[in-house]
Amino acid sequence: MKTQEHGRRRFLKEGATLAGMALGVGAVRSASGQTPQSEISAEEILAYGKRSRFVGSARVPAPGLPRVWLNPLQDSAGIITPSGLFFVNTHFDIPDIDPRRHRLLIHGMVERPLFFSVAELKRLPFVSRIHFVDCVTNGSDRRDVSKTVQHSHGRFGCSEWTGVPLSLLLKETGLQQGARWVVAESADSGQWQRCIPLEKALDDCMVAYGQNGEPLRPEQGFPLRFLVPGWEGNINLKWLKRIKVVDVPYLEMPPKQPVSGHWEFEQQVASVITVPSGGQRLAGRGFFEITGLAWSGAGAVRRVEISTDGGRNWKDAQLQNPVLPKAATRFLFPWNWGGEAALLQSRATDDAGNVQPTLAALSQTRGVSLDHWRSHNLPTHTGAVQSWEVTRDGNVEKIYA
Amino acid sequence: METLKKYMLKLLVPGMVLAAGVPVLGQGLTYHLGSPATAEEIRPLDIAIGPAGKELPPGHGTAQEGAKVYAAKCAVCHGATGTETLFHTRPLVGGKDERDVSNYWHATSIWNVINHSMPLNAQRVRTETLSADEVYALTAFLLYRNGIIQESDVIDAKTLPKVQMPSRK
Repeated sequence: MKTQEHGRRRFLKEGATLAGMALGVGAVRSASGQTPQSEISAEEILAYGKRSRFVGSARVPAPGLPRVWLNPLQDSAGIITPSGLFFVNTHFDIPDIDPRRHRLLIHGMVERPLFFSVAELKRLPFVSRIHFVDCVTNGSDRRDVSKTVQHSHGRFGCSEWTGVPLSLLLKETGLQQGARWVVAESADSGQWQRCIPLEKALDDCMVAYGQNGEPLRPEQGFPLRFLVPGWEGNINLKWLKRIKVVDVPYLEMPPKQPVSGHWEFEQQVASVITVPSGGQRLAGRGFFEITGLAWSGAGAVRRVEISTDGGRNWKDAQLQNPVLPKAATRFLFPWNWGGEAALLQSRATDDAGNVQPTLAALSQTRGVSLDHWRSHNLPTHTGAVQSWEVTRDGNVEKIYA
Repeated sequence: METLKKYMLKLLVPGMVLAAGVPVLGQGLTYHLGSPATAEEIRPLDIAIGPAGKELPPGHGTAQEGAKVYAAKCAVCHGATGTETLFHTRPLVGGKDERDVSNYWHATSIWNVINHSMPLNAQRVRTETLSADEVYALTAFLLYRNGIIQESDVIDAKTLPKVQMPSRK
């Protein structure tokens, strides 16, 4: 024990020395005019990393909605949303759950109702998969108060999730004849219930305990959340405590009825340019890599096209690997800006053939003017193209096109 | 895009074995983890109310009774008449969105949501729960204010599942 403590102390001491070196570099930079504002605690950083104090990217509340915290997509790199930036839309408290006391109950039309402790779930075969969670209202807010991509599309995140396939758990409990639907319930004081068809539950749903290689964060459902790939975010219940197998839909809210007239839970194909995007400013003429994210609840993104002239011409963007089903896909498009006014748009197509409509086409379908969206949210499950205007002085602003 | 209809159809068509009396999936435990849940353990946790209302507890209420509970415990967030959208809630009365209360598929869903989530205090924290009678009364009040039942109709475990919601007529 003593030896261990000694070893740990020595490690911290050496760590402090290393940090001291790093600070030393800072001191050199200080001499050139920068003053360090805080001392970095070596122990803190080495035990669990922190961002540089020069990095400030953070969630912000949605305009007028203090309980909805948005993912800063304008700062995102790659396809993974860090757990600490993953959007949060919660109507109640964020429960502080002791995983040693938390159990998942699976019952209803099963052969053997079972409680699973978190420790037992972690002993079972697991899967790790990259999937997005997309709020049903994501992309809908194009109102005047919504100025950035964080405002318009920040109800979105994509992470690697680790957990037990629900099909495995339902095999353990067995299913009775006539089982058709699955109710999931959360352990926050809202005790939300969401209901999905059994076929989806057996297809790719999971009881997740890991996000991006570590346990779920409290605001993401620690210790367990329901993951329902590609379907409306609200179904991906956090703080999962109960799954009941039933015969008919126990729907709290009906599924959305989009323009097509079908009820559906699946998130539509969508894309958005994250750089350059609303509120940013191009530093000067020359090269910029236009980049953004595309996704679809129906499968994989097959194609993303970019227009820099407001939709007159479209060219294919490069899709960066990995291109995974029901996951964010990063797209890239090289662009030389000559100082002209430009109108940047992205349009995604998924492997089921669904194509994002333009806002103008959507407005026509709905029988409203483009200006209608200055004060109204888009209907959900439409996934309209987002337009960013680049002015001659390099400012990037949201416009209605 | 997958539709609910399509899912329901798929579930009716046997993609899985649905022979009489045989479990659809799995014949036995593979991993022998998890502990059996008894009926006594399940009962207090089993709060979800289905469209048939078979899980509804004893109790009853009318819209007149519900109006008093509403004024005392709900109006702070939902507004005096229920048409308001204070605190970014959906309108409880007269909403046009498919997901507003007036467009729920089943009247039992109204009971269910009030029972498991409400009320919150002004800080949006849930510090109390409602009695079954209060939930029945509030459900009756919302059904009445949305023009679905009469003000004097008694809502209980028998009458609630029979209420015809306009969206399902």
